[in-house]
Parts: sequence; C-alpha cells; structure tokens
Amino acid sequence: MSQPIDTGYLDLDSKDKTFLDSTEMVLNMGPQHPSTHGVLRVILKLDGEKVLGTECVIGYLHRGVEKIGENRTYTMFNPYVDRMDYVAAVSNGLGYCETVEKLLNVEAPPRAQYIRVIMTELCRIASHQVWLGTHALDIGAITPLFYAFRDREEILRIFEKYCGARLTTHAFRIGGCIYEAYDGFEEDVKKYCTFFLPKLDEYEELLTTNRIWVTRTKGVGILKPEDCIALGVTGPVLRASGVKWDLRKAQPYECYKNLDFEIPTGINGDTYDRYLVRIAEMRQSVRILQQAVERIPTGPIMAKVPKVIKPPVGEVYHSIEAPKGELGYFIVSDGSTQPYRVRVRPPSFVNLQALDTMVRGMLVADVVAVIGTLDIVLGEVDR
Amino acid sequence: MKPATPAAHKPPAAPPKPEGPKPEPWESELVTALKQQYGSGILEASRYLGQPYLIVDSSILLEILRRMRHEEGFDYCVDITAVHYPKREQQFDIVYVLYSFPKNERIRVKARIKDGEHVPSAYPIWPTANWLEREVFDMFGIVFDGHPGLKRILLPEDWHGHPLRKDYDILQQDKEWVHINLGIESGQ
Repeated sequence: MSQPIDTGYLDLDSKDKTFLDSTEMVLNMGPQHPSTHGVLRVILKLDGEKVLGTECVIGYLHRGVEKIGENRTYTMFNPYVDRMDYVAAVSNGLGYCETVEKLLNVEAPPRAQYIRVIMTELCRIASHQVWLGTHALDIGAITPLFYAFRDREEILRIFEKYCGARLTTHAFRIGGCIYEAYDGFEEDVKKYCTFFLPKLDEYEELLTTNRIWVTRTKGVGILKPEDCIALGVTGPVLRASGVKWDLRKAQPYECYKNLDFEIPTGINGDTYDRYLVRIAEMRQSVRILQQAVERIPTGPIMAKVPKVIKPPVGEVYHSIEAPKGELGYFIVSDGSTQPYRVRVRPPSFVNLQALDTMVRGMLVADVVAVIGTLDIVLGEVDR
Repeated sequence: MKPATPAAHKPPAAPPKPEGPKPEPWESELVTALKQQYGSGILEASRYLGQPYLIVDSSILLEILRRMRHEEGFDYCVDITAVHYPKREQQFDIVYVLYSFPKNERIRVKARIKDGEHVPSAYPIWPTANWLEREVFDMFGIVFDGHPGLKRILLPEDWHGHPLRKDYDILQQDKEWVHINLGIESGQ
C-alpha cells in the first residue's frame, strides 16, 4: 500500500484556491470544429480531461424541410429530401418515393426495384466510405481518407452516368425510376465490385490491427443493447451492440427478400465494433450488388401513376434502412396535390442523442472518436 | 376585353375519382383487451393500408403508452410528432410511432389535444422521447409535462412562434430576432 500523500503544505482550505484548484470546467466545442462533421456544437462539462456531461446545440443547418414539404406538391418535394442526408441522397429519395407509393397504393415494377436496390447499395458503400475516411482522420489516421475518397469517386461516376448528378442525385421518381439503366450499367457495377473488394482489404490492412487505431477505439463509447433500444438508436450503431436488426430483413421492402445477405453484428458495442460492423456491411453490400446485377429483369421501370399525384385522404408511416439507421417518413394526405404534413424521422438526429450516454466518464479526445463513430450528417440532424 | 365565356361552354365535370382505401376496423387481442379495460377511452382502432393505429383519449394517453412499453413489448419508440388541424376544436394530433422488437410490429398511437393543453411526457418510458418531444415543442408549441428540459432544439431559444403550425406562413419569420441577431432586415 502506498502512503497517503501529505497535502498539508498546499493549504487546500485557504480561500485562494488558484494552486491545483480542481473545479469543473465548461468547454465549448464547435460549431466550427473540424471533427464535428458540419456545424454541431457540443458543450462539454469537464473535470480535467474527464467528461462529466455534454449538451448538444443543434439547428445551425435548419432549413425547415418539413414546412417546405407542406408547401410543395408531392413531385416537387422529391429533390428536397436529397438535401437532408447529402452523403446518402439516394436513400433519402428511396424512402420518400416508397412512402408516397404506399399512400397511392402502387408498387414499383420489378426492374425499377432492382435498379433502386443497386443504386441504394452503391450509396450505402459511398456513405460508409465517407464515414471511414472522416472518422479515421478525426482519430489521426490520414491515409484512409484518401483511399476512401479515391474509391468513392468510382461510385459517383456511376451515379453521374446514370442520372447526371453525383451527390444530390434525385435518381428515383414516385412510381419507379425515370432513367433506364444506361448501356454498360451492369458491367460498371460488376467492375466496381471486383475493384472494391481488394480495396476493402486494403482499408482493413491499414486499420483493423493497427495498434494506435485499436487503442483509440476499443472500449470507447460503449453502448449496451438495452441503452440502444431505450434511446431509439438504429443502424450500424445498434447492430454493433449485438442486436441483429436490419429493416431490410425485418420488414423487407423493394426486392430485398429475393437477395441473400447477412446482418453483421458486433459484441461489445464500442467504437471498434462499430468500425468492424460497417466494414462488414460494405462487404454485404457488394454481395447484394453482385446478385442484383445478375438478376435485373426486363420490363417497365415506371408503375402506372397519374401525372398529378393526389393520394387519397389518409396517413402512412414507412421507413427504410438508410446507411445511418432507420429513415422514416410519416406523410398525411388531405386528398390534395400537396402533402398535409410530412414528417421525417431522421436516423442521425435520434442517434446523436446517444452521445451523452456514450461519452460520460471518457476523455475529451474520445468525444471526437464518438462523434465520428455515430456517423451523423448535420444536414439530416437539423433538416 | 375578354369575352365572358357562356356557362354552356364549360367543360363537363370530370367523373368522380374512385375513392381511395378506407380505414378498416383493426381487430386483435390487444384491441379487445384495451377496449375492455378503457371502454370509451379508446376512440378508434383501425388499420389503414395495413398499418394499425389507435386513437385514444388524451387523459389515458400515458397509461396506454406505459402499457404498450411494459406489457405489450413495444420497446422502441420510433418517432413522436404532431399534426395541426386548425379548424378542429381539438387542434392537434399527437402521434407516437412504436415498434416492438420481439413481435416485429409497428403501431401508431394518437391522441387529440386542444391548443394549450399539456401532454404528459413519455421520457420516463422511452428516454429517446427527450429530443423528439423537444422538437414537437419547438415546432408546434405543445408542452410536455414532466420533461427534464423542455426547450427549443432546432430554432434559437429566443425565437417567437412555432413554424409547423398551419397559421404560420412559409415566408413568416421572427423579424425582430433576425434584425437583432443577424443585423439584416429580412432573412428572405
């Protein structure tokens, strides 16, 4: 046993507590901070380097998407949803189109469904690549950023060839797709799959057994499965805690029920497991792409939907598995050409709420790692 | 001057559109049990396009939510939102989207409330309600009793007005706030 340290000479009871005074400190992080992935402001309450509590201040990117939705027709609102989660614009569009289709009681034809699935899975890979690059950069590994963005470029090229846009694609329309797959679309996707699998190994070579990476991520920001469910956390964060739940399997939409893939899960629910889960998810996406591209049926790409979309009176909630979690739309129709109410249930917004639980008791440097691992996009948090 | 078109030349009225699907009664053990216990507190139990929903009286809302969580297994609160119907006496619909992991089922619980009426917070039942309720408060001005820190979340704290109410125009804004904080006459 070590001797208790004699602190008598410090005179801790004196009024002048400037020497070794340990009071709590409130530190402001952001909104202009490189590791907050946009404009997130976190107010940290610290005891030395230890985090005692956090408060997120959000809304800097609030554009009132839901209000805009009420003032646009169903068709006009479609491109707006791409601007929420702008690194996974295709998924946003898919969720919106499917919800309106549900309201109209139509279903996209099989060919359109396959094209949609291929586009969304490519988008999932692209979104995870942005996550990997920026998350690794936050922790101090610079190389993965260049690798990930280099490989993402090929996906954006496919998007550009398909619909002319790279980021905010507006690829789908209510009722199916507006663009037919271009000549060589299948070959491009197949080529990407064979190109990307070795690249994925390259990422893993850089990080999975890297000692610095492992030390910075293992045991950081642990989220227990019951906390995940109570906090409504979804997506890879939930799966990394060991809950095998993916909307593509639980409530399949589009043609996912015909495709064979697995749901990767983690065990510890820490930052390292979330990294592994997302890497494994990219592999599964490649698997889906390889199957889907072989099976694209021929046929129409648009269902029979009226020119002016006027869904009957009613309301519907529909959600899809976006790269970041459950992306839901709740649309109320009053029978007119404009939605009466559009509610977006954004995965980033709800997941960000878990930040406080994850960083309490950790160090300041871990806050940066945890913000990265939550994979939030502030455009979607603030809408 | 434009000649007035005689009424006889009006195009014939379009044939009435076929009506959309109607909500159908939702029958299940859960609904029977709830109706037995709460009687007229359960105002409606229907399915629309295969999606079940309950409309309950706002006085038993918290009790129903608690029961959903602890007895019926709806462990995941997906979303809390509201819809404004200014012409109704009970102006707001407050909507809870719930999901059950063990059952893989999704339901919606709705309650109608008057303007200014308080709603009990669902935070003690699902911690995720914290931010979701703050957003509803921010956008609609609905106050949740028992919420740990009910304040605006997306808009600045000193903003006036609740933008998702139907009487709030899309171009409307808190001019005073914009003037003081941004130093410009208008944000438009």
